[in-house]
Amino acid sequence: MKRFMAFVRKEFLHIFRDYRTLIILFGLPAAQILIFGYAVRTDLTNAPIAVLDNARDEVSSELILKLEASEFFTLTHNIKTYSEIDEIFKKGRTRAVIIFPEELGARLKREGNATVGIITDGSEPNTANLVAGYTTAILNEWSASLTAGTTQSMPLINTEVKMYFNPNLESQFMFVPGVITLILILVSALMTSVTIVREKEFGTMEVLLVSPLKPWQIITGKVAPYFFLSLVNVVIILIMAWVVFGLPVRGSVALLMAETMLYILLGLAIGIFVSASVQKMENAIFVSFLALMLPSLLLSGFIFPIENMPKGYDWVSLFLPPRWFVDIIRLIMIKGAGFSFVWKETVILAVMTVFFIFLSARKFKIRLGEGGR
Amino acid sequence: MNEQKVIEVNGLVKKFGSFVANDNLTFDVHKGEIFGFLGANGAGKTTAIRILCGLSRPTSGRVIVAGIDAAHRPEEIKKRIGYMSQRFSLYEDLTVSENIELYGGIYGMRMKEIRSRTPELLSRLSFTAYADTLIRSLPLGLRQKLAFAVAVFHGPGIVFLDEPTSGVDPVTRRRFWEMIYETAGNGITVFVTTHYMDEAEYCDRVTIMNEGRIVALDTPAALRQKYGTASVEELFVKITRPKQETE
Repeated sequence: MKRFMAFVRKEFLHIFRDYRTLIILFGLPAAQILIFGYAVRTDLTNAPIAVLDNARDEVSSELILKLEASEFFTLTHNIKTYSEIDEIFKKGRTRAVIIFPEELGARLKREGNATVGIITDGSEPNTANLVAGYTTAILNEWSASLTAGTTQSMPLINTEVKMYFNPNLESQFMFVPGVITLILILVSALMTSVTIVREKEFGTMEVLLVSPLKPWQIITGKVAPYFFLSLVNVVIILIMAWVVFGLPVRGSVALLMAETMLYILLGLAIGIFVSASVQKMENAIFVSFLALMLPSLLLSGFIFPIENMPKGYDWVSLFLPPRWFVDIIRLIMIKGAGFSFVWKETVILAVMTVFFIFLSARKFKIRLGEGGR
Repeated sequence: MNEQKVIEVNGLVKKFGSFVANDNLTFDVHKGEIFGFLGANGAGKTTAIRILCGLSRPTSGRVIVAGIDAAHRPEEIKKRIGYMSQRFSLYEDLTVSENIELYGGIYGMRMKEIRSRTPELLSRLSFTAYADTLIRSLPLGLRQKLAFAVAVFHGPGIVFLDEPTSGVDPVTRRRFWEMIYETAGNGITVFVTTHYMDEAEYCDRVTIMNEGRIVALDTPAALRQKYGTASVEELFVKITRPKQETE
């Protein structure tokens, strides 16, 4: 234990002496929270839209008023013909054109339904999705208010359950779990793999192996500080989310931290596995980044919803730890869910953890035991 | 010579699959001796040293280091030896005293003992002014000196030096060997591998390995006489060349 503590102490010295490590550890989470919170907002405010009103009746003007009144849209153009649509998108700013069919009001009265066309700017799919969703929601709201208190049935498009807990689709609520997931993978997997490989590359690993420290002590001694610092990091992020964006943890904080520890453990196991597989720091960074960071960022459902992924990609995402962890924290933080709602995801993460610990233990045994050159 | 044996190797064989890295090695190393281990790259030096340090197990044969059997209790060997590798064994981003504390700690010394013995070590190396200097900013020669001092700080019976002087200028190498002599004078056995043949002359006894076998083992003077060469270098070339040409 004495030997072990001397070793852990050295690892902390490494971390606190290297300002780059410190920036990644503590600067990055803060920066990401602020950037995602303020700059990369995926919710809408005052998106410019245009209207092509073929109906020009009471209903259409009422709907246009509704759209205009909402904080999501600003009506910038009132176009007269279909031929102008192309031009208006090419000019840039307009996100969507809403087309009201002829005799909208009359048709609603006669047939009980009508179709309003929404053309969005597909060059920005995310925004396009949002605009379409918001428009639909506003129209539905109107038709719902129309039929309220009557027995008359109107064709209502299903309301999205997802929005129930986040009625304005505020994106901070979505990105805080995402940032935590990303930072933890970064710190635990990438940084531990780099720090272990660094010992190999500088030749100090050899000296450690000759020392009375046992291989498992070397590995745990190297990752222990990162485990601790990752936890500190999560606490900082949660406090920031609460103070800056007013997002509290609705569920049990203890459960959240326990899940977080499991996820950190998984990240460390992956990091150790990576470090056992490569010889150079560049490779460790490359592998961690390409195999972990990018897929985590793109396929975990953090930025792009899994439902919108092409077939195949959603399958890939099943094997990505962040996908499950994002779900876990979303459920606990935003919906206040208890363990009974996240046990499946937890089991999946636990299995992954055991799998990677097993793999890297085997790999290290081969490497260190009979390694030689 | 009737001295205490600190390393006893008898019929050591190490195979990796069908490749025989160490083929039937037999030698003894005495207490306080400077034992040179020579051989071209790939001759099996590193494999042998790894076994002696308890890093890898012999396929067969008897290996006793500091009274411990390397086949059965390699972990015990690790506590009784010191080790310094050809590459830097010090952490560049830690200071001189932090490195000393780290290695002392890893080798099971108490912090109190480390703290009380550090000033003495530093003054012996004339390093007192550098106590809080990062290793990064020390010149190569000084680092090498410190690495060696750290390797014997916990008072091991044997210290293994794996090509300790590679890449160091002649003056520094000379000083380094003075330290080795001093250490051996204190009764610590020094097991050193090198590929500088002039250094072989400084050793009490020299082993020359070639293709996994020991091809010569004696004092440098006796070896020169036996093979009729003027230096160990010439001898080395003479012994190892015929094999190399057939490759």
